[in-house]
Amino acid sequence: MFQYLIKRLLYSIPIIIGITVITFAVMYFTPGKPVDTMMDFNPNITSEAKDRLVKLYGLDKPVHEQYWNWFKRVIVLDFGNSFKDGRPASEKIIERIPATILLNILSIILMLIVAVPVGIYSAVRKYSLFDRILTVIVFICFSAPVFWVALMLMIVFGLWLGWLPISGLTSFDFNELSFFAKTWDLASHLILPVIVSTLGSFAVLSRYIRSGMLDVLKQDYIKTAYSKGLSERQVIFNHALKNALLPLITIIGLSIPGLIGGSFIIETVFSYPGMGRLGFDAIMARDYPVIMGIGVISAFLTLLGNIVADILYAVADPRIRYR
Amino acid sequence: MKSEKLDIKKIVLLFCFLFFFSCSSEKTDQQDVTSDNSSPVYGDAFIIASLSDASYLNPVLASDTSSSLVLGQIFNGLVKYDKDLNLTGDLAESFEVSKDGLEIIFKLRKNVKWHDGVPFTAQDVKFTYETLIDPNVKTPYSSNFTIIKDFKIIDDYTVKVIYDKPFAPNLERWGMSIIPKHIFEGHDINTAAANRNPVGTGPYKFKSWQTDQKIILEANPDYFEGKPYISRYIVQIVPDQAVQFLELRKQSLDAVTLTPDQWYAYDSFFKFYNKFREPAFAFTYLGFNMQRKPFDDKKFILAMQLAINKKDIIEGVLLNTGKEAIGPYPPQSWAYNADIPESEYNPQKAAEMLKELGFEDINNDGWLEYKGKQFEFTITTNQGNKQRELTAQIVQEQLKKIGIKTNVRIIEFSTFINQYIAKREFDAVIMGWSLTLDPDQYSLWHSKQTAPREYNFLSYNNPEVDGLYEKARSIFDIETRKKIYYRIQEIMEKDPPCIFLYYPDSMQAVHKRFKGINPAPIGIYHNFIEWWVPKSQQRYFFSDR
Repeated sequence: MFQYLIKRLLYSIPIIIGITVITFAVMYFTPGKPVDTMMDFNPNITSEAKDRLVKLYGLDKPVHEQYWNWFKRVIVLDFGNSFKDGRPASEKIIERIPATILLNILSIILMLIVAVPVGIYSAVRKYSLFDRILTVIVFICFSAPVFWVALMLMIVFGLWLGWLPISGLTSFDFNELSFFAKTWDLASHLILPVIVSTLGSFAVLSRYIRSGMLDVLKQDYIKTAYSKGLSERQVIFNHALKNALLPLITIIGLSIPGLIGGSFIIETVFSYPGMGRLGFDAIMARDYPVIMGIGVISAFLTLLGNIVADILYAVADPRIRYR
Repeated sequence: MKSEKLDIKKIVLLFCFLFFFSCSSEKTDQQDVTSDNSSPVYGDAFIIASLSDASYLNPVLASDTSSSLVLGQIFNGLVKYDKDLNLTGDLAESFEVSKDGLEIIFKLRKNVKWHDGVPFTAQDVKFTYETLIDPNVKTPYSSNFTIIKDFKIIDDYTVKVIYDKPFAPNLERWGMSIIPKHIFEGHDINTAAANRNPVGTGPYKFKSWQTDQKIILEANPDYFEGKPYISRYIVQIVPDQAVQFLELRKQSLDAVTLTPDQWYAYDSFFKFYNKFREPAFAFTYLGFNMQRKPFDDKKFILAMQLAINKKDIIEGVLLNTGKEAIGPYPPQSWAYNADIPESEYNPQKAAEMLKELGFEDINNDGWLEYKGKQFEFTITTNQGNKQRELTAQIVQEQLKKIGIKTNVRIIEFSTFINQYIAKREFDAVIMGWSLTLDPDQYSLWHSKQTAPREYNFLSYNNPEVDGLYEKARSIFDIETRKKIYYRIQEIMEKDPPCIFLYYPDSMQAVHKRFKGINPAPIGIYHNFIEWWVPKSQQRYFFSDR
């Protein structure tokens, strides 16, 4: 097991390097060069000064050399300065992490709390009225456009009922509030974005659980359990559930990069200061240091998520052993 | 089923009732006009919406509207326009222009302090001037100040500016915000920490900036015109206009710019708001990159103008909250030449002109080819301005009728400016200019103003217009200047620098609890420091020292 882990970690090194090569290449071949952006802020720049800047940024060198220089800096976690406002890219990314992780962890938790029972119930009561209603609801959730749902919820809960704030992360007087008021302020701002970002993934996950459970219920050992005279409750919760939940591990593992990923649409509609808006703005503004920074971090987390999922599999399922 | 439906209706009605009832009971005294006569009190906050975050909180570097929304409250210039559009002193107590127009003497106010307590002196003015003309500073405003021949400090509170040539708009240009020497000296201003933590002289002090969320300013108790009544000035970043409107209906924003369809929304939505509508000092245009073919030919632009029905655009996009444009000056400007007729809409004539230029549909696919090659161009405009997006679509449809194929591309604002405009990477753009009150538009149309960050990015080049703009800015007499600007508009009718589409109105909603608003030709914000909220209606409270 330990050996396997070492092997996986070693394997992921070339993969990460490969990802950075591809990210860099895509960026390099995108029209518009970083130095152009820098120079456009300066109306009085002469052609000599341009050449000097090109040299300064190493853009006169061949591609492989440029990549190598970038790579050397990234190894020491230096992602360079943002072109938009001159601040370090890492600072801009780190600034977004708390709000992004908060939103995503809450929506993953909510997703699990709702999707697991729903999936199990509709598997156990397959084709019942409840299952059919749930199926319809799930498909509605899955196919409704996120921004529309967000606006509707804002109108109902923000405007008509007035229970929740419409957008933003905190009220402007947040710093002057007491601890409990702060908690409530934050929580009330989070409720709608969390619900909206859960909807789509909830639909997918509950379907997974339902089909996983259905597969398990067909197994011989379940029939054995029934024939031993166990109650349905015991069969489902003691025998079937554990195996049905195995696919969940993969899904949770794969959602680790999503933790800092963020969604542009949800963040824009809710004026939420997350990674999605930063990434989107960076791409739109050709802010390469920020794009590369976000790219590398999410590649790293994706690999990490995969490894974590594999390990959890081995822990949860005795049939699986890595060598 | 029927009874169920009825129940839902009842519940909704009940909620609506509860909502309105609870709100109106809270604010019954709001409609009470007599409270206007009682004396102003301090307190409360003013929350204004912005679609995007500021870039730099430094008036020398920033040129975006989001930044200037904040900067206007933190900094002062030497002069400003009063509510009736006359120039008056701001940081300058008084000013004097010599008879030949070559010298201006500014007498500065003596009791002005920067927000950190350091006194404001002539040194700061000189420092600002030197920063603006420093070639290493990334400022778009340099050309306004490089024409200064000499800048002299006479004493701590008197400065003298000497010009080579008389320059009519020079006084207005000193509305440029003055930055503090003691903060920036010895730092690279392009990357200085104070760009995110500004120190100014204005009515509000910087308090905090949460990236992409909000910028909070607090009243400056030592402001030289008196402490503002409203305790906080808050710019809330809400990137979606529909959400801004929802926030307005929930009364969590105090000032929101309205789109034409929002302006015509149900009266009940504005129960707690006053609406203000005034002609903006601006125009919106369709401009072509005249460095590219065939846009360098004025006949092509004239043909496009014939093919575009401006009335359709104003009706469809602005819902008639605007006026058809005939040139670069809006009707309320003294330079507006009312003799210029509105441009003709005649697609047939446009098609004939295009044929003369070498446009022809050779392969019968319905689209015109230019000199035997397939022809299409892209109209680019910025994201987040729905009016421009809609205008682009209408123009696209209208040009389709004469066989000109266009694509519409909508790009996030700062990318649009930095990547497309500054690099001349565009065929055509739909954009607008917010104008200064002085009619000098040298920087927009003079053929020398074409460096990457300068404003004649359409590359308009008409030697006669160049000459007239140079001449007009050297004359102080308004009647003489007027004649020159009239002439410029006549030339632009024949050789248009772009297609002037419309003069928009500016519309906004401001919460009714704010008293002391005094709409004037310059707008409503000229006396913001005198706005106040009666104690009983204040919504936000602060424990100010």
